[in-house]
Order: sequence, then C-alpha cells, then structure tokens
Amino acid sequence: MSAGDDVAVVGVGIHVFGRHDGVTGLEMGAIAARRALADAGITWQDVDFAAGGSDAAGNADTSVSILGLTGVPFINVKNGCATGGSALTTAHAMLVSGAADLALVVGFDKHPRGAFNPLPEDWGIGSWYGETGLMLTTQFFALKIRRYMEEHGITESTLAKVAAKAFANGARNENAWRRTPLSEQEILSSRMVNHPLTQYMFCSPGEGAVALVLARSRRIRELARVPVYLRSVAFRTRRFGSFEVFSPSIPIESAPSATTEAAAAAFEEAGIGPGDVDVAQIQDTESGAEVMHLAETGLCEHGEQESLIQSGGTELHGRLPINTDGGCLACGEPIGASGLRQVHEVVLQMRGDAGERQVAKHCRVGFTQVYGAPGVSACTVLTV
Amino acid sequence: MTKTRQFRLIDPELIGGTEQVPRLIGSVCAGCGTVTFPRQRSCPRCTSEDVQPRELAIRGELWSWTIQCFAPKAPPYLPGGVEEFEPYGVGYVELPGEVRVEARLTESDPERLRIGMSMELTLIPVPGASDTLTFAFRPVEEDE
Ligand SMILES: [Zn+2]
Repeated sequence: MSAGDDVAVVGVGIHVFGRHDGVTGLEMGAIAARRALADAGITWQDVDFAAGGSDAAGNADTSVSILGLTGVPFINVKNGCATGGSALTTAHAMLVSGAADLALVVGFDKHPRGAFNPLPEDWGIGSWYGETGLMLTTQFFALKIRRYMEEHGITESTLAKVAAKAFANGARNENAWRRTPLSEQEILSSRMVNHPLTQYMFCSPGEGAVALVLARSRRIRELARVPVYLRSVAFRTRRFGSFEVFSPSIPIESAPSATTEAAAAAFEEAGIGPGDVDVAQIQDTESGAEVMHLAETGLCEHGEQESLIQSGGTELHGRLPINTDGGCLACGEPIGASGLRQVHEVVLQMRGDAGERQVAKHCRVGFTQVYGAPGVSACTVLTV
Repeated sequence: MTKTRQFRLIDPELIGGTEQVPRLIGSVCAGCGTVTFPRQRSCPRCTSEDVQPRELAIRGELWSWTIQCFAPKAPPYLPGGVEEFEPYGVGYVELPGEVRVEARLTESDPERLRIGMSMELTLIPVPGASDTLTFAFRPVEEDE
C-alpha cells in the first residue's frame, strides 16, 4: 500500500455495554457516533461516507434523523456477527479507493434477555433437529472445544483461566457490563451448561454501541494526535469441511476455518506477521472460542495455548495481552457492536489511553478477529 | 421402514432399515464420493447434482460429546414443562469412511463417555412425545 492510500482510525466512541431499559439501540448508536466525532475533532457534516448496522435493533442509516440530515451516503449492513466487520470493510474500501476522505462506522444492538432462540427452519434444517434436542448453540461450542481439548491437550483449568482474565479486565473497564472479578474455582464450580463449559464461561446477549471515524491520507495527520493505521481488513466465509453451528453432520475431511483464512489474508495484506502482534482482541463467545481462535489466527501454535494461558501470557502484563477490555465474556454480546468494540479497544491500547487496563508493553501492532455463525470471520491489523 | 404398532418416526426421510436394525439415510455424490446426512439434493463439496440416497453405517466411533444440562426453550420440546427435563448426551459419531453424524446419545453420565469409544445406531422416544421415535447412538462393548 502506498503512503497516499493510508487509512487510519482518528476517532473512537462507545456507549457503555450492558442492559439499558428505555434507550433504543439506535439512540445508543447515535451517542457512540457523536463521541467518535468529538474524539476526532470533526462534525457530522464533515463525514462523506458512513456504514453501519445492527442485528436486531433497526437500520443504522435512520440515525441520520438524530445526527442530522446531511445527505451523506450511508450503507446499512446486516451480516450477523460480522456486521461491524462488514461495515468496516466497506468504509476501508471506500477510503482506499479515494471515493471518500472521512468515514463513520457504527455498530449497535439490543437483544431480548436470555439465550438466542433460533428455529431449525430458518437454518435450512428439518423440524426434527429441534424436536430431538439438538438446536442449541451452546452444544456446538461444547462439542467443538471437547474435541479440541482432546487433540491439543487443553485442560478445564485453562478454560476457567480465560474467563477469570476476562472478568479481571472487565473490572478495570468502565464500559464493560460484568465488572466483578471471579476466581478460577468460582468459574469451574458454577452451573454446568454443556460439559465442559460452565455458566461463567459463556457470554450473554447484551446491549451497546461503538463508532469509529476513519480518515485517509492527508486528513490523518490533521486530525489524529496518535493515528492508528488500519493496515488491512479481511473478511471470509466458511469452506466445505469447516465445523460450524447447527450441523447435523460434518465431513471427515476438514478445512481451514473462516478465521484461519481471514487472519492469514489480513496479515498478508498488511505485510506483518502474527508474531509481531503486541495486543489483540479475539472472539470469545465462550472460553473455548478464545483458546481455539488464538491458534486459528496464528497468534500461537495449536496446543501452545495451555502453557501460554497457564503462565499468564494473555493477561494485561503478559507477553501477548488478549481481550484487554474483558471481551464478550465481560462486555456481553450486542452482535452489531462487538466487532467494532474490538477495534475501539485496540486503538485505546495503542494510543496509551486505556487507563487502568493499559497493557505493560509498548504496542506497535494490534489485531482483531470477530467470528460468527454460520462461519464468518473478519480480521484487522492496526499499527502506530 | 416397516410399520410398527404404536410408533411413528420423527421424519421418515431420515431413517430407514427396520425397527430392530434402523439405518440412517444420507446421500453420496457420484462425482466426488462425498457423503452427507441428511440426504441432500446437491453436493456441498463439488456442487454436482448427481447425488444418490445411501444407507449409512450403523457403527462408528465417538468423535466428540457433551451433556445438555438445561431444557431447550424451543422448538416445543417438553409439553409437560421443564420439570420433566433430564440431562442428555449429545455427540458426533464418525461413521468410518462416510461422515460424522450429530445425534443424541443414550448415555448421559460424563464419566462413561470418552472420545473414540464404539457407538451403534438405535432409536429412542422423542422427549415429550413418547409415540415418536428419533435416532440416537448407544455405547457398545468391544466384543458385542
Ligand atoms: Zn461431490
């Protein structure tokens, strides 16, 4: 990428995650957007491209009625867990192509309480699947990590340590939902949901919003005190042979996951290797997902997670801090906002603005990875 | 499947054979040999539409497992209410050379399940609908 094509995050904004009765998802999105604009030191009128979305809280472009009717081109994105990543991909492409100079990306959501409640028919499966008792996302996560633990020597203690780290980091994040630290033992002895995963190893659907302002070339230096360059965004869907949720059968021949391919593409486009990453936010829908994604992204080898996590390597003061804002486990999962929350956190860490949870090491390379059903993943590489 | 006195099958497209020796009905691609379950009209690997039904192997190895510890909210699962709920096993069973099939397990004690153990196809009543049968896998002894 030539210098003229540089794209950077020059403003970030967030609406606290959790549950917020009486506030719509759209309003949270507008609040996050205003904060991102203020952080960049620009107004909504300066923005010449916008993209955003939610899974269950309405069309992002209607937020123009709150932010102001400026005529800006605004693309709505609805792409499940990859909603934020897809919006970011779109804005990045518009800036790199020179079609826009200043872009706003926004993601927000608001979900009903309790577990997501999918219907087999909506997923192309017969009603027998639900009647037999197989239509549960938690089963899939458990089946996937059980096999992984067997193949790569991961222990239940390591699953608990992932969650304990998330809650410890969440306690230091004023925008997290769950801010009470829990011990490894409390997590292991909480209610069993699906062996080997207990209650506190799962995230919950939640509410929240995140917005980012992106700028290209000459506008970057004008606006940002510490520009955080978005070196690449890569987005992939599954191939034949990847093991995904709601699969009545899976082939014996396995394939690289959407995450593996998206991460490899993001690193290649950035010209940076996974070994150079200083801080990363990766999808932790449950503890096992963080363990598996660490290796699928290339941040460590398969099986290396056991020693990396047991030795504290992924904690704030470790050699590879992961999910420093508490991740989905402590922040909850508003689907449309999660992917952008990851970028928001990496930007704060790389600017040195993460306050109580600022990592010990100096961060020059950041990485994010979002993953969702049924096999989509978006990854970014950021540098200062 | 031959008619039985009091049972109906959850979905006759899924299960063939006899009540004593049920068989799962999958499909096999004439082009690349990929096996799927349930039966599909086209091949997910090579996209060929030359796909034929196939009765799958009845024995295989447990590839992964979990115990479902809470009552599913929906679709209608326990008309009598969650008080009736009993935890149950779920797993993928690898049918050699064919495919890994997701199924209920007859065993729900985590101490008695291990990856690699031998499993065999069987039929069990659907929870909350005792006149309807669905498929499941049961552990088999090595000499059985
Ligand atoms: Zn084929």
